[in-house]
Amino acid sequence: MQENQKIVTPDQMFFEAPREEAFITGSEAVMEAIKRANVDMAIAFPITPQSESMHLVGDLYAQGYLKDYYRAENEFAVMAAIHGASLGGGRVFTATSGPGTLRAMEMFPVWAGSRQPIVCAFMCRGVSLPPSIQPENIEMSMLMDTGMMMFHAENAQDFYDMILKAYIIAEQPDVHLPAGVFADGFFVTHTRDVVKLPSEEIKLPPYNPTCAPIPTFDMETPPMRIVRDPLLNKSNFISYAANASWHQEVRAAAERARKYVDQYLGGLIEVEHPDAQIFIAASGTAVSQGREALKILRQEGIETGLIKIKSIRPFPTQELEEATAFAKLIVVPEFNAGGWLGREIKAALDNNSRVISGPRVFGGMTMPCELIVNTVKDALKIKRSSDGEGARSCLAK
Amino acid sequence: MSGKIITPVEEFKHLLPAEYLDLVENGPYKERKGVEDLGSFKEIIEEHPHCAGCGVALGIRLAAASLPAPEDTLIVGTPGCSFFGLTQTAVNYSNTAFGNQNAVASGLKRMLKIRYPDQEKDVVVLVGDGGIADIGLDLTLHSWFRRENITTIMVDNEVYGNTGGQESGMSLEGKVLNMAPTGKKFPKVPVFEMAKVAGCAYCVRVTVASPRKVGQAVRKAVLIAREVGPTYVQIYTPCPTNLKFPPNQTLKVAKEAEKDYYSYEEYITAEAAAFLERLNRAD
Repeated sequence: MQENQKIVTPDQMFFEAPREEAFITGSEAVMEAIKRANVDMAIAFPITPQSESMHLVGDLYAQGYLKDYYRAENEFAVMAAIHGASLGGGRVFTATSGPGTLRAMEMFPVWAGSRQPIVCAFMCRGVSLPPSIQPENIEMSMLMDTGMMMFHAENAQDFYDMILKAYIIAEQPDVHLPAGVFADGFFVTHTRDVVKLPSEEIKLPPYNPTCAPIPTFDMETPPMRIVRDPLLNKSNFISYAANASWHQEVRAAAERARKYVDQYLGGLIEVEHPDAQIFIAASGTAVSQGREALKILRQEGIETGLIKIKSIRPFPTQELEEATAFAKLIVVPEFNAGGWLGREIKAALDNNSRVISGPRVFGGMTMPCELIVNTVKDALKIKRSSDGEGARSCLAK
Repeated sequence: MSGKIITPVEEFKHLLPAEYLDLVENGPYKERKGVEDLGSFKEIIEEHPHCAGCGVALGIRLAAASLPAPEDTLIVGTPGCSFFGLTQTAVNYSNTAFGNQNAVASGLKRMLKIRYPDQEKDVVVLVGDGGIADIGLDLTLHSWFRRENITTIMVDNEVYGNTGGQESGMSLEGKVLNMAPTGKKFPKVPVFEMAKVAGCAYCVRVTVASPRKVGQAVRKAVLIAREVGPTYVQIYTPCPTNLKFPPNQTLKVAKEAEKDYYSYEEYITAEAAAFLERLNRAD
């Protein structure tokens, strides 16, 4: 029961409380995060591979950890109702996947424009057509300019930590923006992994709506009949300027989040073997595959490093510039057909012919680490070993 | 919200706009006022940006004047003509994406119940016919199926007014409008009938030609929604600009519709009637 949990500071929850290992799925990791997140209300709608996590959040409601929970009629309705609940001044949670993300699309810029610290988990999957319920993260590229913060979890541990930390980052008065926490569906949600968890007897402090930069929608703030000329539909410079400055402030708020991402997520990126001149740069599950590829490459004497990108929005432009200042080659493996991360990195870096946007897999394909190894070798004009030839023949680069 | 919150200190009073002082001094906060008191205080400032003779502006004015507790009422809207009036009301108003209003209101009402367990916070959806009957129909019906404690008010001008006079689901069959160049091919969407079967405890169909009835309907609807379940008020608010009649004929058009296809109808469940009875006895 939530009432019996002790409120601890974010630092105690994240860094100081002793942790024990649990062998759980990513969906269960989501539940463990929400159990400790002091969430007031969650709203759910089924879609694979998200559903199980929201069943488990429903169980938390039944056990008294949340004060309200219901199954809504579709994802647009979920995200609209979550928007309404957040307007009312409480802490909320929901989750979706692929087609659900697209169905709800109109609400994400609304969350950001309303400056709402909503945390939403995205268990990424393919979007139609052709239909696929399999892991793929193309939906992330479609959310990159909504104004939301975006964190990409590599594994269940990340998923657990990032959801809890996202609340604290999102709710900072100088940030106060929605945060999406993304994980590649199935790979993370449906597999078991060791996750280190603090005691379930502790929870985060409650959300404090009086710290919000925008008055809570509860008629406890004096009404202002100031909107004599609604911004919408007015063709004059004042209206444009008011609208534009609001957008600028949303972007500025995301910039101000960087210091909190550093503080709580331990940086926007993590670098292994920073002295290397060849890097595999990735986010999500592709990081794990990159790490395996790195082992093979290093065994063969090819000094390779790994850049794990945790924060997609804000994007770690400066961190990547510094990490790759002396790099000759940056290979960006991805689980989607579009190659959005490669595009982002190319846009961020000088001399971007160093960046190879690939290999990419999609449609439910896994990413054998040999695929990454061969991409590196091809770029270095090193002969491939016979291993992985089979994989190469059936997967697009 | 306490009336004290909006009361200015004497020293700063002269700095406040006239309509704000009017609200403080003559407004309906913590004091029962109704449609008959219109004119002594303002829900919408007089230079509202609607067209001359706008039925929607009148419908919003009547509805806003009839709220039983405006100081604790949140209005959720949707894009359309209603937006222009509602942004100028003296209550918190939110308008985000077209057709999402009843879902927003559902989440909002539930959160306000959590945060204010001992205080009534009324959540009222006040939107046009397109927002309810077309783009937001599924979300509206599902909020009723779930028995959310919210009031839904439709200001029905039978057309998409703000976008330039296109056919809506609530337009009359046969009416020639933009996007219905040869006339509308199907009757008005029977939202009023649907509300009854979808779980609304109280439904009223009325026109702006009967302001007192509008006032009573809105007041009862909001009170019943607190305790019993969802309520629905459908107000005919004719549009001179797009239905092409002179702006001084709005009430006449509404009156004629009331005699014809827009007759007054009130539906109330036994539970809602018993609740009102208890409330009246307590008064």
